[in-house]
Formats: sequence, C-alpha cells, structure tokens
Amino acid sequence: MVGALNRYSDGASDSRGGCVGKTRVPAVEGMFTIDDEPHLIGGKVPGRDTYFFPKHVAGGDPAMGEPYELEEVALSRTGRVWSYTTSDYPPPPPFVANTDPYVPITVAAVELEKEQMVVLGQCVAGITPNDLTIGTEMELVVDTLYEDDDNEYLVWKWKPLDPDAEGGG
Amino acid sequence: MDEIAILGVGMHPWGKWGRNFTEYGTAAARDALADAGVDWNDVGFVSGAITVRCGYPGYVAGSTFAQALGFNGAQVASSYAACASGATALQVARGQILSGATDVALVVGADTTPKGFLAPNEGDRPNDMDWLRFKLVGATNPVYFGLQARRRMDLYGATSDDFARVKVKNSRHSVHNPRARFTKEYDIDDVRNSPVVSDPLRLLDICATSDGGAALVVSSMDYARAHGHDQPVRVAGISTVTPTFPDTTIDLPYIATDSAGATARPDRGFKQSIGDRVYAEAGLGPDDIEVAEVYDLSSALELDWYEQLGFCAEGEAERLLNDGVTTLGGRLPVNPSGGLGAFGEAVPAQAIAQVCELTWQLRGQAEGRQVEGARVGITANQGLFGHGSSVLVRV
Repeated sequence: MVGALNRYSDGASDSRGGCVGKTRVPAVEGMFTIDDEPHLIGGKVPGRDTYFFPKHVAGGDPAMGEPYELEEVALSRTGRVWSYTTSDYPPPPPFVANTDPYVPITVAAVELEKEQMVVLGQCVAGITPNDLTIGTEMELVVDTLYEDDDNEYLVWKWKPLDPDAEGGG
Repeated sequence: MDEIAILGVGMHPWGKWGRNFTEYGTAAARDALADAGVDWNDVGFVSGAITVRCGYPGYVAGSTFAQALGFNGAQVASSYAACASGATALQVARGQILSGATDVALVVGADTTPKGFLAPNEGDRPNDMDWLRFKLVGATNPVYFGLQARRRMDLYGATSDDFARVKVKNSRHSVHNPRARFTKEYDIDDVRNSPVVSDPLRLLDICATSDGGAALVVSSMDYARAHGHDQPVRVAGISTVTPTFPDTTIDLPYIATDSAGATARPDRGFKQSIGDRVYAEAGLGPDDIEVAEVYDLSSALELDWYEQLGFCAEGEAERLLNDGVTTLGGRLPVNPSGGLGAFGEAVPAQAIAQVCELTWQLRGQAEGRQVEGARVGITANQGLFGHGSSVLVRV
C-alpha cells in the first residue's frame, strides 16, 4: 500500500525543487508519489498479478468472475524501453509546454518486468532518441511538466539508468 | 456468414474546405443511390457513422443525413467507433438486412475536420484517457505511430527509406484518383526532406486530417437479384472485434497497456485478430486476397498491416514492398486509391471509403489505377479505444 507515502511536498522541504516559492503539485492527483524514490500508483487485482495504470481509470481483468476492488500498489520504478519517439511539434491543449520556444520532447514506452506491462512517459530533458534503444534500462523520476505563477506542476518521466546517457544527443 | 450485396457506392472528394459535413455525406449518399439505381424512398434503414467534431448533428449522423435527404420513414441508427465507425455502421446495416428487418440500407459517414493535431474534448478531464495522454505525456497520435515505426526499425531492420517508399508508392497510385485530396507524385527525396514529426516519421510519412464523405447502398442478395444486380460485389465478412486481454502493445489513447502478469498474452495480437475474424467469416485466407486498402495512418503502419493480415511473415513487409508486390502491377496491390496518405483522415467516412474503392476495383471501374482481374479484396482499419475493423469483399 502506498497511501501513507508522501504525495505532496513543498519547495522548501524538497532539495530538488527548482522553483523557489512555488508549490510543487502533481499535474493530476493520485497517479504517482512525490518522494526520493517516486513511483506510479497502480491498481492490482486481489490475489492475482494483474496490474492497471492509472488506477482511477483502470480496465478490467476478464478472468475475474466476481466484482472486485483494485488494491492500490506501487508499480516498479525501473524497466526497459519497449519503444521511443519524439514530438517535434508542440502537442495541442491540454498539453502545456514548459519552454518557450518549444523544445521537442522525447517519449518512451517502458516495459515493467514484474507487472508485464508497458507505461508511456516523457523522458527527462536532454534525452533524445540517440540515447535510447529497445532494452535501455530506465528509471522513474518526478519532474516539472509546466509552471504557472504559483505552482510547479509535476509528472513522472523516464530517465536512463546509465548516467552516461543523460543529456546526450 | 451470409453475404449482403453492395448495390451502390458514392464519395464526395476529400479536401479541406470547412463546410458543413452534412453536405459531403448527402452528396456521397446521392451518388451511391444513383449508382445503385435505388430510389431513396425505398431505403428502409439508414446507418450513420458519427462525427464527434461537428456538434449534435454529428452525434445523430444517421438522422442528420436522413433529414437532409428528406425524412422517408426509414429506421435509423448512428454508430461511433472512432476510425472504425464506418465499418461499424456497415455492421449494423448488415445485421438489419440478414435479420430480415430491412431489404436495403444506406450507410453513410462524413466529417469536417479542423486543422492540426486531433485533440481531446475541452475542459479538465482527468477521468478521460484521451485527455490524460495529451496532458501528461504530450502523446499526440503521431507519437503512437512513431513508437510502432521505431519497433520495426529496431526489431526488423527497417529504414526510414523503407517508410518513404510506402509514401512514394501510394502517391504514385493517387495520381489516378479524382477523389483523393493529394494527387502529387512524391519521390523519396521529398519524403527525406520533409520535417520530422515523431522520430523516425516525417511529415510525408503521416496522414493529414481531411473533410470528406462516403456512402454505400447495401441490400439482401434476394433484393439485389430482384432488381437486376446479377453479379454484385458482396460483403463476405466484417470484423469489428475488440482486443483480447491482455493486450500489451501500447496503442491510442492509452498511457499503459494491460498487464500480462497473471494471464499469458494471446497467441494473436489485436491487429492480427481483426483480420482473423474477417477471414473466418468469409471462409477465405490471406492467399485469396488480390487487392487491399489498409490504414496507413503512417507509412510504417501500412507495413505492419502486411504482416497482421498475413500477406507475409513478421519482419518481411519491407521485402514485399521493395519487391514491388504491393505496387499497382504487383501480385497484391495495397492502397491503389492512394490510401490515407493521399486522402487524409475524415474519420467516420474513412472505413466506408475503403469499401467504395474495393467495390470500384472489383467491378473493374478504377480507371487509371485498376488492379486487373481482382475478385477478392480486404480492408483494414484501426481506431482508438480498442477499435479496429476489416471488411472482406468479393465478386
């Protein structure tokens, strides 16, 4: 269970907060934790190794004949790249670009071994397709999605585990 | 599965005019009725494919077209299945005909599409997967196309030039299609020099969004024979299957796949299962196909379909393409219409337009782009939220 973990932290108490005075809030609540080892909050079918993400709009497991309630679980925070691409043009709203002018984002689909599922996410800034290949080991971090005057809105992103890959390309 | 007859087909040309979608659909419907030689007042069922971009008239598309043609008392239904909406509307009409509820039905879809990326509904919508993928990941439709294209490169050794050659082939086909929006013949350098949209895909690898409308008049085989259609093109199979759990291939609009932690992946993936169903209904297989219209949302996705429909083994699509098999004049021409690359997507019309093209091909009426002697054709199509379709036609 991850319900007890800290999902919120303000800029003053988090050493990685880059925006003095701004409150760090998740861009959408309840989908990931914000701590030193962040992870996605998934749903697990009771008694089975079937997982869903996000939990709040999960699908169903057709092997379950009876109604059930998903358990809240922390999904693995590392995995291997299933595929990767970029968005060279700014996506339309509700996406909010964090830079002006827009800098192309890299998107990775990462396969979690234990859960046997693939999860999409942006890669951290500086990672390009040249840094990735199918099978690259990735870890989950929490990073800025965008900011306004009051808040820094956070999201999960994928970052290569191999430090040599960071900022390459 | 019993067959139904395609008595008439009609299409409004594809373009980008921003006019009322009803105009495109009604024009296509009138063309289909004229082609069929069927009086509108004899149509007993109207099956509309919904557009979600044109307000209430789009949600009640079947009724909107019926009213535009002049309400005639026909029964009506409207279907939405994303890009597969047109095939679903045909599926509904087939059910009405085979149940005996109606003899002849009109299937019609049309759209007016705004410029730029297709985007989710407005507002703060955290319970809408289509909103979450844009908001949190910036995952536009081309992002998903790019993920699939990269898989082909890393797993099978496909190159950007292979993808470009799909575009070059289809653009060559489109030159002869008066209803296509883009009829310029591109060469490989045009594709190479177009800007990257979602690596490794470039602008000319990715289909645009368009206005357009398409319609079919379909009937029971008895009605067809009684009205002088002795050898009509027939619908031998329609597939609108959903995926089988667990589907672990990431696809629109999801930000995570199913989990195969407890249940093993099915032997056949979702896209493969679309074709499996239509072949089973028709009692035919990939070796019987002589022409295909497949959903080239990106050039690389056309190659995926070659394998998913069983035209070749996994990893061999590039060879099929580069050997000229899928070019007009080859053994199994794919997208003789020019495909989505030449049309751009008019969502609810697109799966119907694929059937229109195959009908012209099987009648020998595809002037300038005719697949000589084709008697069996297949369509394939994918939509978001687990939608996809395939229609198998024969003569």
